[in-house]
Formats: sequence, C-alpha cells, structure tokens
Amino acid sequence: MRHIISILVENEAGALSRISNMFSARGYNIESLTVAPTEDASMSRMTVVTVGSEDVIEQITKQLNKLVEVVKVVDLSEAEYIERELMLIKVRAGARERDDMKRMADIFRGRIIDVSDNTYTIELTGDGRKLDAFIQALDQGAIIETVRTGASGIGRGNRVLRV
Amino acid sequence: MFNVFPALAVMDRVKGVELSGAEIVVRCLQEEGVETVFGYPGGAVLYIYDALFKQDKVRHVLVRHEQGAVHAADGYSRSSHKVGVCLVTSGPGVTNAVTGIATAYMDSIPMVILSGQVPTHAIGQDAFQECDAVGITRPCVKHNFLVKDVKDLATTIKKAFYLASTGRPGPVLVDIPKDITTHPCEFQYPESVSMRSYNPVRKGHPGQIKKAAQLILEAKRPMVYSGGGVILSNAAPQLTEFVRLLGFPCTNTLMGLGAYPGTDRQFLGMPGMHGTYETNMAMQNCDVLLAIGARFDDRVIGNPAHFAQNPRKIVHIDIDPSSISKRVKVDVPIVGNIPDVLDDLLALLKADARRPEAAALEAWWKQIELWRARDCLKYDRKSKLIKPQFVLEKLYEVTKGEAFVTSDVGQHQMWAAQFYKFDRPRRWINSGGLGTMGFGLPAAMGVRMANPGATVACVTGESSIQMCLQELSTCKQYRLPIKIVNLNNKYMGMVRQWQQFFHGNRYSESYMDALPDFVKLAEGYGHRGVLIDKPADVEPALREAFARKDELVFMDFITDQTENVYPMVPGGKGITEMILSEEL
Ligand SMILES: Cc1ncc(C[n+]2csc(CCOP(=O)(O)OP(=O)(O)O)c2C)c(N)n1
Repeated sequence: MRHIISILVENEAGALSRISNMFSARGYNIESLTVAPTEDASMSRMTVVTVGSEDVIEQITKQLNKLVEVVKVVDLSEAEYIERELMLIKVRAGARERDDMKRMADIFRGRIIDVSDNTYTIELTGDGRKLDAFIQALDQGAIIETVRTGASGIGRGNRVLRV
Repeated sequence: MFNVFPALAVMDRVKGVELSGAEIVVRCLQEEGVETVFGYPGGAVLYIYDALFKQDKVRHVLVRHEQGAVHAADGYSRSSHKVGVCLVTSGPGVTNAVTGIATAYMDSIPMVILSGQVPTHAIGQDAFQECDAVGITRPCVKHNFLVKDVKDLATTIKKAFYLASTGRPGPVLVDIPKDITTHPCEFQYPESVSMRSYNPVRKGHPGQIKKAAQLILEAKRPMVYSGGGVILSNAAPQLTEFVRLLGFPCTNTLMGLGAYPGTDRQFLGMPGMHGTYETNMAMQNCDVLLAIGARFDDRVIGNPAHFAQNPRKIVHIDIDPSSISKRVKVDVPIVGNIPDVLDDLLALLKADARRPEAAALEAWWKQIELWRARDCLKYDRKSKLIKPQFVLEKLYEVTKGEAFVTSDVGQHQMWAAQFYKFDRPRRWINSGGLGTMGFGLPAAMGVRMANPGATVACVTGESSIQMCLQELSTCKQYRLPIKIVNLNNKYMGMVRQWQQFFHGNRYSESYMDALPDFVKLAEGYGHRGVLIDKPADVEPALREAFARKDELVFMDFITDQTENVYPMVPGGKGITEMILSEEL
C-alpha cells in the first residue's frame, strides 16, 4: 500500500542523509521525498511517499522516530489528508500546436509561465494522479522536459503536525 | 588564536579564561569522570594529545591499531557499565575504527568516539588524511556530530555522552576538525542537556504491565527469554527475582548470559542456532513467552514462520519500540526501561495472591526435564585428542566460574557460551551482533583496565587471534596479565563446520596453513607461551597459567580438528529442527 509520511526534523546538516540512508539501508522504498524549512527555522518538514505492507510501514515510522534528529512522525494516509505536487513541463508549441496546447493546459488548470517561439512551459499542481493524467493526455512527442517536486502532504481540518 | 596554553590547573577555576578546543575536549572528559581513553595519535588530533599530555586525570592507553582501541573501549564498557571512550585521528584512523564501531553498535554498547578531522577550511578538498567520518559511520552509530564551531564543542561532547548512555545505548562519534582544537573559547560544561527530539522512556505503560501480569498468571507452559538488554540496563537482579518468584524456566541469549545465574536449575541454557535442546524445545512449545530485552534475532528463533506455527502469547519488554514486532508479532508490547518495568511487574505480582496453576507448571517442568535428559552438550570424554569442550570445562573449574571471559568468533565462542556457566552479568564479553573476529584480545584489555586485579581470560581460535594480534604489545606495555586460551584446530572451525554440513566437505580456504609458533610469538612480545597437546596436560597448564597473576600467558591448545558445535539449527530452519551430536 502507498503511504505518505510527514516528518518534522531538526534543521541540521546530515539530517536528510540520515533519513534517506535509513530507507536504503533497511531496504524500504522511497517513491518521492521532499524537504524544506518550516515557519520555525530550526525545523524542516519532510514528506516521504513509500510503499509497503502494514508491518513495513510500522517499522518505517518506528525507525524514523528512533533517529535522534527526528522530532515527529505521522503517517498522513492513516486519516484524511491533502496531497499536492508541482510539475513544470516544457512542451513543443510551434504555430500549429499553440492553441491546442493552451486549451489542454486550461483543462487541467495549468498555467503557462514561459513562452518561446516553439515552446511553452506549463506549471501544474495537483496530486500525483492528476499530473500523470496530464502527461498521458499530451501527444508524447510534444513533451520536451518534465520536472516534478514529489508530493507534499498535510492533514485535513484540525489534524496538525507540530511540536 | 593563541599558541601558548597556560597549564590546565591554573585555569581550572578562573572564570572567563579561554581554553583551546583541545583543552576543552580534555576538560569535558574529566567532567564526565572518564578515567581511561583508548587511542592512537595522528596529525589531526595532535593538539588533543598535547592537552592530554599536560594533565593526569584522564589516562590514555596507546593501542597498536585503532580497531583495538574501539574493541578495548567496548570491553571496558561491557564489563563496567561505564561509557567507553576512544580517540582516533582522521582518515585511516577513523576507517580503522569502523569495524569496532559497528561491533559496538550491533550490541548497543555505550561509547563515545572522538575523531580528528582535517581543518574546517580543508573539508571537501580531498585533503591529506581526509575522510567523511560522519558519513562513513552514519549507518553504524546511534548518532554522530561534526563540530564546526569551538563554541559548540563542550555541549556536543555532553550530548554525545548523554545519547550514548541513555535509552537504547550505542556508540556516538564526535568528529573534530583540527583548527577547532586550536580555537579559544570560554569553557563551561553543561550540567545537563535536553533535546526535544530525543526523550527515552523509563516507565512502562501500567495498562500493558497489568495485561502482562494477567498472562503470566494464566500461563501453563511459561518461558522467560532474556537478552542483552537485561545486562545493558543492569536488570539482572530484577530478572532473577522475577524468575525465582514464579518458578519459571529461563533462557539467556548469547548477549544475555549471566543475567540469570547459569548454574541455577531454572536456567535451561542458551537458545538458538547453538542453543540447548531443552531451551529450543521450550521456546517452541511454551504457551506464554516473556521476552525481556531480547530481539528475536534470526540466530535465536530461526525461521520466523516455523516459530509462528505454535500458538503462544508473547509479552515483549524493550526500551526500543523498533525491536518490538519487527520479526515476530507480539501480544503485549511494553516499551520501557527494563528495571523499571520489572519492578512494576514484580510489585503487581507480589500484591496478587494468585499464582500460575501449580499442577500445570509441574507437568511443564517434567517435560522440560525429559528434554534436558537428552544431554545435548555431551561429547566424547575418552578422546585421545584434546576436546575443546573439555578445555572450557576445565577453564570454568580452574577459575571457579569467576573470570571475565572474552571471546572471538567461531566454534570456540559457542563452546565458551555453552560450557562456561556465568552466574553474574557483565562477565561474558563477546561480539554477538556483528560477530567480529579480532574482538577478543583488545576487549580483554578493556575489561582488565576497567577491573584492575580481575581474572580475565580470552577464549579464541588460531584464526581469530591473528586479527588483532598486535595488541599483545599493548598488553606488555600496560602489564595486562590476560590468559589467552587458544583453541587451535588449524581451521576456521566454524567455517569448516558449515562446509562439512552444507557444502559436501569441500573445505574451501578454511584451513589455516603456515601458522606461527604461538609460543615463540608470545615470547617475542615478552609474554609466556605454552603448547598443550595432551588432554592430561590441560588442567595443569590452566592452573599454572592462572597462578601467574602478573603475566600474560598464551596457551596454545592443540585440539581435535574434527569437532563440531552441537546442537545446530541449520540456517533458515526452525529452532526445533536441530542437528544433535548423537545423530551423527
Ligand atoms: C572479521 C571476520 N571475518 C570473517 C568472519 C567469518 N567467520 C566466522 S567464524 C570464522 C572462523 C573462525 O576461526 P577460528 O578463529 O579459528 O575459530 P574456530 O571456529 O576454529 O573456533 C570466520 C572466518 C568473521 N566472523 N569475522
């Protein structure tokens, strides 16, 4: 099963590699990992998307909690949560494709953020499936380059993760 | 920066006086009450060595290889419950230490490793003797630090000792760049440190403890399975009281030997791959299993699917939540410091008039005695060759069971664990988790340093002893009268045994050719060496060696090359699928 785990971690050198090392050393999956500072400069927040049985996920959260720099861990997918990912995608957009491409971006609520003679760069946010769907919907030959941030997640409503 | 360091004594109480980073390191060690540091100098730690030179509170023990320093600090810690401390230089100093650090990590030994690093401005430049110490040790430490500012030095060292010795203990490395050791800073050693991300628990959950007590009272075929955690947390008295109060059978793992007295009738012997028949049968067939500071290691419960075939309720007490339900699902997990949890559990049981059903317990003991009657550790006592088991029995007799015994890794380790009965904790010192050949001799040095005057034996094999042999020189320098019991079968015996059982007797590279003359070798280092090749000479040789209180004696016992360790559970099999000596 796919799980999305949020981690509050001390903003210290090496904390990121400690966490990613733990995943690889113990043979756990990482589908994506994002990390950035929070409103509290002493802490970063990480979102890890992983796949594993209930036992494996239980071990992952325990092993994360065991790391000295990890302040808090929560498996977001245990309850209601929201997940978003940002994608920047550069597509071929010559005179003939331009209108079609614009329409496509609009349908997916994407924004064109850079234009050249023969390309568009489109910004798109959503959960992973929406981004996948956009890529599928395009003529594959039109895609020049994609970059995705990996998922970030947050609990719904009163569900919060903080110290 | 200043280059003239005033004498430490003068600065001692003067507030506002600045010390160099190197002096701060040494002052921190003094404040921690560290008496002994095991180490080896080099460029990056020269200022620290200079600061050590100028004081006499912390004693430095010069080893002959950094691996030896770490194993010695490890043996020091295991035998005394103090934090082991070692000091190594950057680059090769650290890489040499890694085996020792990983060894300590696998067995959760509290240790602080101070390593030198190239100056901060040179980090990342592939400087001479640079290596990413923090990166290279990350997977085998509880935590590590790179100190980037002298202002953080004292707090970091305080944190290192705190982390190493609390919760589930483990090694912590502090990497100190050379320039930091010259920078001046006012010294203040923090009284205590707290970290919001690190809060080890002590008390177990009362509700869970109640559930455990209930299961205990309902048990018909109980079994107590205790591990290294009981030793590490100094819970042997509570464990012993608990087992005696209930009259339950008890096993101690390889890491837990001595937690419950090995000579007591309620002790069934070690469990697992080379465990006793009665213990493995009881582990498999019990209806309530109390796992205390043990982690259901693959060498203990064998194939987890086979283990799970028999229904039983499991209570698991451990300080580390990640050890619980990792390999075996448990019914009542209790996370906490073992002495605290056992105290609470004992209080509950003592206040309760009920006891487990006596008739059921009696029937269970009858069954256990039948298993015990198989006498699974028997060996040929009439052999004309020296049987290794015989040497260990005699070692036990001659030392009256009171020695500290360290071991290396292989058959000799298993025989020592089976045949030397440990009645007290912290007497049996071996590398259980990592299985590090070369551990025994340097560990014995650390044991003797922590326990001056104590009898220390190192049980080893001719292959293992050669892995840290250079430490014989350290033993000479510091007059460490260790008694080396070398069970010389001219084979990597444990490897040969597996090759005999599982690889069609193809003894690929497991024969130890071109062995040195160990007697001459010991003499070359300034020690005494003896060769023993007849069973009748075993006991007199041991008696004479242990009578020489001030001398290191290297006893080279030429043993039966074909002897195997029984019982044996082949890898991947269930723990009751044992090969016994009688079946061959
Ligand atoms: C550093 C290291 N290398 C390899 C091994 C694998 N190994 C385990 S036991 C053993 C043989 C040990 O031989 P010896 O020290 O003579 O002891 P014996 O088994 O003969 O008693 C080996 C090579 C190990 N445990 N540690």
